[in-house]
Amino acid sequence: MQNEEFWMSWLFENFDLVASLTLNHAALSFTPIFLGFVIALVLGWTANRWLLFRSWIIAGGSILYTIPSLPLFVILPYLLGTRITDERNIIVALTIYALAILIRTVADAFAAVPTDAIEASRAIGYSSWNRFWHVEFPLAGPVLLAGLRVVSASTIALVSVGAIIGSANLGYLFTNGKQRDFLDMILIGIGASFLIALVFDIVLVLLGRVLMPWNKRTSLITNGRRILSTKGA
Amino acid sequence: MAFLLELTLYLLPTSRFARLARKVGADMIEFQNVTKRFPDGSFAVKDFSLVVPSRKVTVFVGSSGAGKTTLLRMINRMVNPTSGKVLIDGEDVAELDPVALRRKIGYVLQATGLLPHRRIIDNVSSVPRLNGVPKKKAREDALTLLDTVGLDRSLADRYPDQLSGGQQQRVGVARALASDPNIMLMDEPFGAVDPIVRLELQEEINRLQRELHKTMVFVTHNIDEAFAIADQVVILKSGGEIAQVGTPEEILSKPVDDFVSTFIGADKGKRTLHLKQGEDGVTVIVDDEGRPAGILGDAE
Ligand SMILES: Nc1ncnc2c1ncn2[C@@H]1O[C@H](COP(=O)(O)OP(=O)(O)OP(=O)(O)O)[C@@H](O)[C@H]1O
Ligand SMILES: [Mg+2]
Repeated sequence: MQNEEFWMSWLFENFDLVASLTLNHAALSFTPIFLGFVIALVLGWTANRWLLFRSWIIAGGSILYTIPSLPLFVILPYLLGTRITDERNIIVALTIYALAILIRTVADAFAAVPTDAIEASRAIGYSSWNRFWHVEFPLAGPVLLAGLRVVSASTIALVSVGAIIGSANLGYLFTNGKQRDFLDMILIGIGASFLIALVFDIVLVLLGRVLMPWNKRTSLITNGRRILSTKGA
Repeated sequence: MAFLLELTLYLLPTSRFARLARKVGADMIEFQNVTKRFPDGSFAVKDFSLVVPSRKVTVFVGSSGAGKTTLLRMINRMVNPTSGKVLIDGEDVAELDPVALRRKIGYVLQATGLLPHRRIIDNVSSVPRLNGVPKKKAREDALTLLDTVGLDRSLADRYPDQLSGGQQQRVGVARALASDPNIMLMDEPFGAVDPIVRLELQEEINRLQRELHKTMVFVTHNIDEAFAIADQVVILKSGGEIAQVGTPEEILSKPVDDFVSTFIGADKGKRTLHLKQGEDGVTVIVDDEGRPAGILGDAE
């Protein structure tokens, strides 16, 4: 009971800190999700368009995913010429992971676009450019969205690792809480991180509803689960 | 008189002349020794030559694999011939930009080919939108087109999967008409609907053609359908080999060989077809029970 009051008063006193860590955490998560998605879109579409590249690109994605995160954070400053505390290292590292997760999903999403629709749009005079924006991209949308939701959650979780190189995000609450053996701080960090993930997910789902009104299957929970389970299979 | 016309044409800038010619409406399609050979060495079409007359309905009929779709798709460059040429008003389509060419030709596909993520109204207005027609205007035109093909305007905001098969086919026809093309290609557009709806849709095509006068190339493997809508029937054997070309009347009265006789079912005595003069100067084909099997020629 007393414990509960204690973490509440701690949160109250340190609200500004937690809020700024949360905002920075969210901002740090957004960029890799966005960049990873855009790059995966290009690569995944290419993999699907030129089957020759498909196995290479997908294998490349899988290899990226096996890079352990800790050494990556250490090596990146040398590769990029950045200072070790530079947040750009985190962004690049997380973009790589986002990319690794998304490439396959994107390739599958484009492969699942009904060939009927593609053929028909070609036959009535859509150029490749028009076809991509007006046919392939929207029809791949539901699967792309499902993939984005997974990546959003995993990126938000991974950002905390950046705290070990001094990034001011919710990971700080974990490392600091651990050092001070202050469990509540860790729990507050987890709570805030969960909150960000929830907000991102809701935004993604709402975006999906607005942009894909024909698709009635996007629900808050099932879509993320579905893609996770197919990934394992 | 002829001299005056020639002089006028001479004085007109060529581009305007070309446009005029298009308006006046040649839109004749000509296949010249067209062959399509696939990498595996098989021939879909072998040395095919045919003139598709302007502003008439030409129907390719033949059994599955005869090369009908391949022939159709060579007109809008969805398939490029291995050798030979396809000409539209004397112009080799191989020299035209495929995207621009396809936007000028209406195409109704076998499996409707509607875009599942777009409302009916947006499906119908796709090509005008690509051509830069403002959204509002394109949508208004699309509503008018729904009237034209006999669809209720209340369907405009639905998605394709909320329509019946027959309704979807009509949307496909409306979409093909949207850019007011002079040439319409229709690949078994009514293959997936029940016989009654099919008859209705054939009637609809005849009605549209009486109003719009397109150069129409229609593919089917149903000979009754061919007779119901064609000005010119082209009966194909495999490899796009022409068994017979002619008006429905000619083919019915003088099948050139056993293949054609068998194909039109005349040999089976299953049905004897007669021609009957109907109202509005329409010649109706009726079977021996007096049921109409089709309509001959133009209304005028
Ligand atoms: N890409 C391809 N590669 C090899 N052969 C092909 C290809 N496309 C079509 N063919 C062959 O060409 C022949 C003609 O095909 P086409 O689609 O034109 O027939 P069709 O008359 O339209 O048949 P259906 O009535 O079944 O639609 C067929 O034997 C088909 O197998
Ligand atoms: Mg076919």
